[in-house]
Amino acid sequence: MTSQIQIKLFANLQRFTPPSANNYSIEPGISIRNLLEQLGIPEEKAKLIFVDGVKSDLTSTLDGGERVGIFPPVGGG
Amino acid sequence: MATGPINEILEKSISKKYPDNTSYTSISVDHVQKLSKHAGLSGHEIEITALEQGVVPERYARNMKFFSLEQQAALLKSRVSVVGLGGLGGAVTEILGRAGIGNLNLIDGDRFEDSNLNRQFLSTCDRINTPKVQAAVERIHDINPSIRVKVHFEFLDRHNASQLLENSDVTVDCLDNIHARFVLENTCRQIGSPLVSAAVAGAAGHVTTIFPEDPGLQMIYGDPDKAPFKGAETTLGTVPYAVTVLAALQSAEVIKIIQKKNELLRNKLLIVDLEAGIFDVMGLM
Repeated sequence: MTSQIQIKLFANLQRFTPPSANNYSIEPGISIRNLLEQLGIPEEKAKLIFVDGVKSDLTSTLDGGERVGIFPPVGGG
Repeated sequence: MATGPINEILEKSISKKYPDNTSYTSISVDHVQKLSKHAGLSGHEIEITALEQGVVPERYARNMKFFSLEQQAALLKSRVSVVGLGGLGGAVTEILGRAGIGNLNLIDGDRFEDSNLNRQFLSTCDRINTPKVQAAVERIHDINPSIRVKVHFEFLDRHNASQLLENSDVTVDCLDNIHARFVLENTCRQIGSPLVSAAVAGAAGHVTTIFPEDPGLQMIYGDPDKAPFKGAETTLGTVPYAVTVLAALQSAEVIKIIQKKNELLRNKLLIVDLEAGIFDVMGLM
């Protein structure tokens, strides 16, 4: 059985955005680490991970229905 | 404050009306400058005395439906350090100067170069190679001579930071690399100053407010020893509208901290992506 999540990738991670980012299918229980691997995003570029608006980490798991936002390190001014 | 300036302020004050037809007592920019010269005080000291007498310095008239007399006076009494005078810092300095922060402490060891012109408000063609702090002093003098400006033409590092930031009520992180941001945050913890930090890459960025007891930048960049020196801005550059939006958001936080307002971005990250049209507030804890 699959579930769907919403993915938003920011700044230079935008290029990893899958075509179905608004209803991206996952296996329930997948970790963020595995999701990054599926999307082809190097772990060191995904420092800031939000699930449903709250900071999360690589070991967090997804059940479906979540909003996932990922920001790379950003330091310019 | 001696009664001399109070009497002179009251003598020079006139009755005016706000656009909604309510009345107030006002003193003009010109009279503030003349009284300041006459009394040997800075303009912002004259303005504080005026506000304490219920007189609105006319330059702040459009603030006064939003700030109380006490809140405007609190800004004039405050000392804010702006670290980095590039895209973020130039716009932050301009906004805080116009809002009426009485004492600005500005730190940058850099000079303007051609590639700054797309976004750095203090840069102009005739100021290429000019120290950024010098441009800041001139700009603040032009827009609000009431403000006392102190500048440091040097880069902040762990050796000079606590001295450069001395007596800072609020510090604004307008730096351009992640390493220096951690140095600044560390110093702010030591001196007990709240820090408002923003960073930009391309059309995206984020802003947060860090009090000395908050976990702060490690929630954004991870372990300081493993964090990269620069971020996505090396591949995306920095566009003017993004950096200016973030500077405005930083300025709002600074003013709210000084006025002791709630709803600060403490332990929260306001993220902005102007390409995707997204503003969102994320929890960092």
